[in-house]
Amino acid sequence: MQTIFFVVAAVFAIKLFFIQVLNTEYKHAADANTIKRVVEYPFRGLIYDREGKLLVQNMPVYDLMVVPKEIKNIDTLRFCQLFNIPLDEFRLKIKTAKAYSYVKPSPFLQKLSPEEFAALQDNLVEFPGFYINARNVRGYPHQSLAHALGYIGEVSPQKLEQPEYAAYAAGDYLGVSGIEHEYEKILMGKKGVKYRMVNVRGIDKGPFKEGQYDTTAVAGQDLVSSIDLELQQYGERMLKGKRGSIVAIEPNTGEILAFISAPFYDPNLLTGKELGKNYLSLLRDPEKPLYNRPIKATYPPGSVFKLVQALIALEEGVITPQTGYPCNQSLVKCAHGHPYPSNLKIAIENSCNPYFYQVFRAVVNQGRSRNIYQDTHLGLDKWRDHVLSFGFADNLGVDLPYENMGIIASSRYYDKLYGKTGWKYPTFYSMSIGQGETGVTPLQMANLMATIANRGYYITPHLIRGIGPQQQPLPDYQKKNFTSVASRHYEPVIEGMAEVVASRRGTGWWANLSHLGIDICGKTGTVQNPHGKDHAVFAAFAPRVNPKIAIAVYIENAGFGSISSAPLASLMIEKYLTGTISKPRQRWEGWIENGEFYKSKH
Amino acid sequence: MERAPKISRNIDWITVAIYAAMLLLGWINVYAAVYSPDLKQSIFDFSINSGKQLIWIGTAVIIIIVLLVIDYKAYESLAYVVYGFIILLLIFTLIFARPIAGSRSWLEFGAIRIQPAEFAKFATALAVSKFMSTINLRQQNWKEHAILAGITLLPPFLILLSNETGSALVFGAFLLAFFREGMSPLILILGSIFVAIFILTLLVPKLYFVIAITLLFGLAIWSNRRLLRKITSVVLIYAAVVGMVFSVDFFVNNILQQHQQNRIKALINPEADPLGFGWNVTQSKIAIGSGGLYGKGFLEGTQTKFDFVPEQSTDFIFCTIGEEHGWIGSLVLIGLFMALLSRIIFIAERQKTVFGRSYGYCVASIIFFHFLVNIGMTIGLAPVVGIPLPFFSYGGSSLWSFTILLFILLALDTHRKQDLTRA
Repeated sequence: MQTIFFVVAAVFAIKLFFIQVLNTEYKHAADANTIKRVVEYPFRGLIYDREGKLLVQNMPVYDLMVVPKEIKNIDTLRFCQLFNIPLDEFRLKIKTAKAYSYVKPSPFLQKLSPEEFAALQDNLVEFPGFYINARNVRGYPHQSLAHALGYIGEVSPQKLEQPEYAAYAAGDYLGVSGIEHEYEKILMGKKGVKYRMVNVRGIDKGPFKEGQYDTTAVAGQDLVSSIDLELQQYGERMLKGKRGSIVAIEPNTGEILAFISAPFYDPNLLTGKELGKNYLSLLRDPEKPLYNRPIKATYPPGSVFKLVQALIALEEGVITPQTGYPCNQSLVKCAHGHPYPSNLKIAIENSCNPYFYQVFRAVVNQGRSRNIYQDTHLGLDKWRDHVLSFGFADNLGVDLPYENMGIIASSRYYDKLYGKTGWKYPTFYSMSIGQGETGVTPLQMANLMATIANRGYYITPHLIRGIGPQQQPLPDYQKKNFTSVASRHYEPVIEGMAEVVASRRGTGWWANLSHLGIDICGKTGTVQNPHGKDHAVFAAFAPRVNPKIAIAVYIENAGFGSISSAPLASLMIEKYLTGTISKPRQRWEGWIENGEFYKSKH
Repeated sequence: MERAPKISRNIDWITVAIYAAMLLLGWINVYAAVYSPDLKQSIFDFSINSGKQLIWIGTAVIIIIVLLVIDYKAYESLAYVVYGFIILLLIFTLIFARPIAGSRSWLEFGAIRIQPAEFAKFATALAVSKFMSTINLRQQNWKEHAILAGITLLPPFLILLSNETGSALVFGAFLLAFFREGMSPLILILGSIFVAIFILTLLVPKLYFVIAITLLFGLAIWSNRRLLRKITSVVLIYAAVVGMVFSVDFFVNNILQQHQQNRIKALINPEADPLGFGWNVTQSKIAIGSGGLYGKGFLEGTQTKFDFVPEQSTDFIFCTIGEEHGWIGSLVLIGLFMALLSRIIFIAERQKTVFGRSYGYCVASIIFFHFLVNIGMTIGLAPVVGIPLPFFSYGGSSLWSFTILLFILLALDTHRKQDLTRA
């Protein structure tokens, strides 16, 4: 009989050895039973403007939660009065909560208003079983700067499969566009994990192993933007109801002061639960409010490009500031009845088309080769290298995703179109006045103004000037990018730009701020638009000495820049430099704001 | 007045030591099973099972003293009286007890509840031993055999009526004792075959099983032509086996109650419904399996602390040991039982009377059966039937009944030399 005993004992010992020592499945099952992983979400970094005003914050949203098991002797009637819900709804909600779980919290009322929350907080003690759960959603207290800030959204399943998104889990949020996307790694912070033990009913039983495996959430770092919120909002007010864009840059730092794309939208639309719905309606809006014009829209630069032509010609030594060309209308039409362009200053001031036709030809066809085609080839490519040194036809490297490069036609482009000997200067002469195969974004245009203001270099324009409490600057945005045009050639061109605004005959006269002691250097431009009225462009910087602001203003379908974009640019400059708009110039505000210029006969 | 020193000199201290060790370990693990990390109760807290178990242990000591002081001859002479009293008590319980958790098996005296079924074990053991000392099982006396079967089967019949299947099954253990006293091993072998067919019927689809049996018989006849001469018997046996396959199937699916069916299904395939009938076995295996080699440490078991294992301080006390003390702890427990059972067999064999020896085997068989089924069910080798692990599980009735069972044997053993001198 003892044999039976020992056989059974041996069988038990062996079976136990299998399940206790050899098989690890039971250990995992035990952990899965009792250990609950609770993720602690970090506080996403905030974004401030250059004056320290909050641009992006985390807004607490309050949900009223209920744990059915803990409800005890509550005054249901009073509860319903307090929350203004009918008794039936109360009962239904409790029933739903019970169906989910007796002991786990389920949402009872979601997204309480701050008033409701305040009222509730004092009364909550009367209602055992009800709790407040605070969540954070992104909030934009000023409703501005939507295109630059971007938005955050749930991480997509496709991204979750990629190794670089290992830190994310389904349902997590990440920056989808704008600064939120570009600075995701800095803003996101680090998730914390708490391992809690739960019993068979899912009730919390304290930390696992005294919390030795727990990690605390690390908040994301704050960002300080270079945006001047006041200027930004002023510009948005001016462009409201119009299509266009404004980019303003501080020339010596490359910091973007204003970044406006009109039509715009309230960034608060793309937060929280309503994101998907609102995104679709913005996407379907025929006005395309999501379109980020300053970096996405490319327009031929128009007459502003004449400044670049002049600078390259001076560098190439084919003209001097004193060079004159006849205003020969047989070459290219010239809109303005203006004095003879006997020097560069007069040519710029009057934006003389035939003058720059001849300047560009002089730059391209310098007789580098006896073969005229070969010569044009070499000349165009040399010229294009100069142009590219201003940051055209390439990504500037602004801290926003999906920047458009723009285009400047190359010899290869024409070779493809017409063959090696099928084209020469007259094929592309229209580039001399900023038309033809050219495309420039408003940001590149503002950057051109900053480059001229700096007399020959630019710092990559950027929206974030510092990270964290120390406002650590970004090394990418410290470097000076010099153009291939020597610094000494800028002054004659600037002189012409000053005259554009200072001269009564100049196209920028209505941007004149000399009565305030501010001398603006600028240039108007017109972007030919086959679909309707031309787009008005004005690009400028001020003051002439020690410039503080460079700006490009685009108003679509506004016709002439002199009566629309030029006054608007000057309002922006005045606002930024003086902090206010002087009394006599306030009529311009109404003129721009109400879109009076659309009705002008010009 | 020289009885006391005599007892202390002659009592089998080894058994007493094993008994004490089991009680101590049982008590500590009952505490571990009911301990809540939130409340941090003391082991002496009388509101929890460990405190109460201490009271049961204390009273058990009193019972031991009484058992040793009583004239040892009384156990043999009063065996039928005790048996008769317990039978009456079982009937009384069946009629008057208030149903608790679906069974009418508890008698309540104020705050104390006792389970007469527990005490039926030692009473039946006494009666069976007494009867066996008057007959010779080797002789084919059908009348005597019938009486023996009657004595053995009456208590489980009454217990079954009160819906306590587990306690009733324990009486099957007496077969082992009968075997020692000369019962034909054929019954044990037939019994084993019966159990094997029973389990295989549940495991293997009926049709395949019948085909396999048919092939087996065909093979047997083909390889041994002489069987052809006994073809009638062979065909009869074949018919009996196949008939049993179908009747087992019918029995399980149509006669057994739903919860009994589920227990058998849980044994065969607990993964089929881990949250339903498979819950106990699944969670119990998880608790024990997560213990590893050395266990999680005293009071560190998460599965038992957080109520994943049901009935942890009573029927599933082994889960606590397995989880907190690992394989080593399980081996210690198995070792203690082996030591106890061996010692009991040893003591039984040195008895000078058939009554004493037979009683010893009854004790060993009952304890072994409990050990077999209780540990077996926690690790998924036996169906979940609610029977306690002797000396470990929480519960006054069970502790008292096993103490009485064991110490009557020790009382008999203490005085065995007097029997010798008498003979």
